[in-house]
Amino acid sequence: MPFRFLDDITTADVAFEATAADLAGLLQAAADATLAAMVADPASVRTDVTRNISVEGDDVGLLLYRFLEELVFFKDAENLLLHVRETRVHESDDGILTVDAKARGERIDHKRHELPVDVKAVTFFELSVEETQDGWRAVVVLDV
Amino acid sequence: MTVPRALQRISDTVWELPASYKSDMRVPARIYATEGLVRTMDETVFTQISNVATLPGIVDCAHCMPDGHSGYGFPIGGAAAMDTETGVISPGGIGFDINCGMRLVRTDLTLDEVRPKLHMLVDRLFRNVPSGVGRDGVVRASDDEFREILEEGAAWCVRRGYGCEEDLRRTEEKGCMPGAKASAVSQRAIQRGHNQVGTLGSGNHYLEIQVLRPENVFDADLATALGLGIPNQVVVMFHCGSRGFGHQVASDYLQELLGVMERKYKIPVRDRQLACAPFKSPEGQRYFAAMACAVNMAFANRQVILHRIREVFTDVFKKDPADLGMHQIYDISHNTAKLETHEVCGRRRQLLVHRKGATRAFAAGMEGLPAEYAEIGQPVIIGGSMETGSYLLCGASSGKDTFYTTAHGSGRTMSRTAAKKRFHGKQLQKDMEKRGIYVQTASLAGLAEEAGGAYKDVDEVTRAAELAGLSRRVAKFVPVGNIKG
Repeated sequence: MPFRFLDDITTADVAFEATAADLAGLLQAAADATLAAMVADPASVRTDVTRNISVEGDDVGLLLYRFLEELVFFKDAENLLLHVRETRVHESDDGILTVDAKARGERIDHKRHELPVDVKAVTFFELSVEETQDGWRAVVVLDV
Repeated sequence: MTVPRALQRISDTVWELPASYKSDMRVPARIYATEGLVRTMDETVFTQISNVATLPGIVDCAHCMPDGHSGYGFPIGGAAAMDTETGVISPGGIGFDINCGMRLVRTDLTLDEVRPKLHMLVDRLFRNVPSGVGRDGVVRASDDEFREILEEGAAWCVRRGYGCEEDLRRTEEKGCMPGAKASAVSQRAIQRGHNQVGTLGSGNHYLEIQVLRPENVFDADLATALGLGIPNQVVVMFHCGSRGFGHQVASDYLQELLGVMERKYKIPVRDRQLACAPFKSPEGQRYFAAMACAVNMAFANRQVILHRIREVFTDVFKKDPADLGMHQIYDISHNTAKLETHEVCGRRRQLLVHRKGATRAFAAGMEGLPAEYAEIGQPVIIGGSMETGSYLLCGASSGKDTFYTTAHGSGRTMSRTAAKKRFHGKQLQKDMEKRGIYVQTASLAGLAEEAGGAYKDVDEVTRAAELAGLSRRVAKFVPVGNIKG
């Protein structure tokens, strides 16, 4: 699993590190981590409904922030838990990054989904997205 | 924990990072705490409160309360007053959960009367006050009605039969913050929140049935004036905020202000969570109007929850709320920015006071208090951990230095992951029951994260706040029933 939760960054909230070979994979791994923060067993989330996600940002940090924020939005607006798949990133001539993805999931079912915390927001606190020798690495703190 | 070498002891409970600590600090940063509490504060607290001291238009000092801990932008427990002409407004000085706050309700009931019905009471409260993630609220508001709630706050609820005028009088800002404009709020924010009016939420949000034991009365006169003093009197306290709506307002404007902070207003970005804009700028004014909407949504949320609590008590005890003496003592916010007039260097000035994880604590005689509290000062409700207890305080005239601001709670000392490793939800629930605290929770894993051992000592926090002159202790309540979101 290309993410792990970090214990030494925040006392009150949830932090994770995500890694991947490319930026699209990194965004997907971070989305997986966000889902794992929301629901104790992400495998319990079926893929009955689909939502398209498309966001843009001036830099990779803002792109990641806005991408993950979509998952928080759907969780409150439609009570949806979503697995993100088919993530694609492209950059325009003027340097604007866009990420498109398919998100598949289902409405929260309290009988099957254990939801330990409510993710309120993605934060810029200690947010980092960097290219490494092996690919990409991000650290994200979620406000819960 | 590492305390910066530059930290100076001003008195037993006041510590200062001088303005020379960072080259761009405009004012000193002060921390109000006992030495014991200062030494447990994480390093980020000192970084963040000194960052606050760099913000344009900050007046006098950046302040940090005894329960200060690492936040985003401001530390939790941070307070700062900005000049309204030259100063800024920052979502990082208010928090993602705008108007997260506390409400306290007294009853005439004693523990002896409640104990036999405690399970029934807690179970019904758990059923009737939606808690946890993904639960729809009590109020089914259309988008237009939700916009009315944003501009009218708790008054909208009282108009619809959820509560009474006395509740409004005993709510900060009378339950409706002026200046709210629903047009300043994004459709996304409305979509996130419109189904959440009357929901407790999750994390550290809770609803408790608590007891005031005679030995836990600190000031009998103040307690009497606040409707307390029956031996083993039962009260109800709850903690929640503006839910997904407020979070989205904060996220929307954090990004918007970040876009203009340096580019348009030439304010250097030290920390993106401290994004800000001049208060009088179009962006600053729009954020203020949107934030006021979230403040009002939270007041409405707590008003509807109070109504539900009264319904449950009526159902269980077969008496009207009035016959049970169910009067709201107060409702107080601990995540806001508000326009207030304070005296600075002998001059009355209008200031924008940011309080993030910090509570307004007006002294007796100040404007904005209900008539019944004019002579005693404003009630302040401090939520402790679900195991240890909570406090009622009163504002004090000696709180002038912090623009009449005090602590808000106990603050975490252990991470959620560490708490989950240390405590087991089901076992904790059983252990608490043995100690006379009956708990219902939407998530046992979430319960483990909120174990008392994961929090600072609330007794020490409230004692420090009193020693520093920020507030006076009135009473401590211990839980007997808990609903954890």
